[in-house]
Amino acid sequence: MSFVLVQVIVGGLLLGAVYALFSSGLTLVWGMMNIVNFAHGDFVMLGMYVAYVVYTLMGGGPILGAPLATLVLATVGVLVYFALIRDIMKGPMLAQILGTFGLALLLRYSVFWWFGANFLSMPPNIVGGTYAVAGLRIEASRLLAGVVALLVTLGLHLLLTRTSLGSKMLAVAEDQTAAQLMGIRPDTMQAIAWAIAAGATGLAGALIANFFYIVPTVGETLGIVAFVTVSLGGFGSVPGALVAGLLIGVIESLSGYLIGAVYKDIVVYVLFLSFLWFRPQGLMGKM
Amino acid sequence: MRRWVWLSAVAAFAIAYPLLLSSPFQQRLGALVLLYAIAASAWNIVGGYAGQVSVGHVVFFGCGAYAAMGSYAKFGLSPLFGIPGGIVLAVGLAAIVGVPTLRLSGHYFSMATIAVAETMRLIVTNTEWLGAAVGLSGPAVPRNMFDLSFLSSLPYYYLFLAVLVITLLITWWMTNSRMGFYLRAIKDSERAARSLGAPASRTKLYAYMLSAALTSVAGALYAMMFGFVDPESGLGILISVKILIMAALGGAGLLFGPLVGAAILVPLEEISNSWLGGKGAGLTFVVYGAIIVLIARFQPGGLLSLLTGRSKRKIDKGASHAP
Repeated sequence: MSFVLVQVIVGGLLLGAVYALFSSGLTLVWGMMNIVNFAHGDFVMLGMYVAYVVYTLMGGGPILGAPLATLVLATVGVLVYFALIRDIMKGPMLAQILGTFGLALLLRYSVFWWFGANFLSMPPNIVGGTYAVAGLRIEASRLLAGVVALLVTLGLHLLLTRTSLGSKMLAVAEDQTAAQLMGIRPDTMQAIAWAIAAGATGLAGALIANFFYIVPTVGETLGIVAFVTVSLGGFGSVPGALVAGLLIGVIESLSGYLIGAVYKDIVVYVLFLSFLWFRPQGLMGKM
Repeated sequence: MRRWVWLSAVAAFAIAYPLLLSSPFQQRLGALVLLYAIAASAWNIVGGYAGQVSVGHVVFFGCGAYAAMGSYAKFGLSPLFGIPGGIVLAVGLAAIVGVPTLRLSGHYFSMATIAVAETMRLIVTNTEWLGAAVGLSGPAVPRNMFDLSFLSSLPYYYLFLAVLVITLLITWWMTNSRMGFYLRAIKDSERAARSLGAPASRTKLYAYMLSAALTSVAGALYAMMFGFVDPESGLGILISVKILIMAALGGAGLLFGPLVGAAILVPLEEISNSWLGGKGAGLTFVVYGAIIVLIARFQPGGLLSLLTGRSKRKIDKGASHAP
């Protein structure tokens, strides 16, 4: 295998870890409440802008930007849950799609209106430098993003499987009424799920803001990446999202390198469509 | 009886509108309302009546727009020749895309339609023959009537009115036919409809193809009025979103719902754009987003269901079947 190819694959894995991080938020909400958040990619976009604003206003690097973006987005998640999701969950499907789609437009174009359509980018000195790891040259910002994303995704998995909070959330996902009889408040658990899901997007956004283009419409593409990841990994499953995210990162990087940058999104979409084609029931869990 | 009084009043107003309000801006506004009403009514057939929320209808819009401009730019033919070509293209694409995607339920169908539309946009953006990112243009100045390119909006207004009436007649005829009953049964509960012998897959596919054909006509007319098409104006996801919002705002699954939605949203967009200029484009979609969230939250049946009141029960009933 050529050396460049290894470099491309490693880059894909690092980006894939970030995909896994924000997709695990989508899969959590999807699995727990059977609601698809069409604004999920725009949450990531919001995280990027929060990190950008933190830098331009306070000059703080990722040390300040990433936790703040996580906090801000977690708050947004809780607000969105109580203001919108709780009610449209009970409504017809058209209302569910409209509700989160409208939210996406609201977020995307508020940012567009405020910041304009220009591509912004973080100054290179925020997380600068390039490391040489085993002969591979890796940008520090990508390495940081990949490693942090991987650790947090694993942490999320542990939170869901090893803590009592996780058990309570899974109980609500399993059977709301039964959970309620055991003294668990579904409303609180679902709000926490939204906080975690949106917080993960905030962190992911802050991490990729260091090397990704920052533009109001970036959430559209990232949203589809999250849908592909969740469909591929099995909905509701964080480990599934992790494996699928890494895989998509690698496929995207390889197709970008081998076929051309403009075609990498097409490859992702076609992958998504063929997956829905071959396993429509398996992905949904129920029909 | 009251229905006929209302209908005649609306028809009389629609015919007289560009003569009563005759400034170029008002006539253009009227034409655009009708154009979007055509597209939203076409979406309504599959999104409203069949309950399959397509967010990728812009691909059919794009088929019509590119066929109309392509027939001129590539073959020197009147864009009018592109309309049947666009219909064939759209129906063919609907058949190819519809078979696998219509098996998906709910959110999965919506997501798949987005992916199809975005794939098409990316492919066209990178296809030199279709003008890539620059797009295709029609005749610079009106050559003859058959180009359907006019300087004033008035001819467009009456042309669009005629097409809208045909679209609504087709929709009305469909809702009262066997197909309409099947579609409503499928929307309420696909499983129940299937168990009672309704050919669910076939009916949904037919509705999808019919809707695609009408949407492509709207796309062709749009391209002719503006004289050009590029990947953003012909295949951008926001066109899908606008069409969908208009139908949902007015009332999805109601005959005149899309018209009501278009009559509210198009003036809102045009007026805010002319007041706010380029920056207004962003703000317009902020307002769009806010409206759609409020509709979803408080009036999921659309505005027209407030008037009729009767669909309130339907919505409540539908809720219990929601996945």
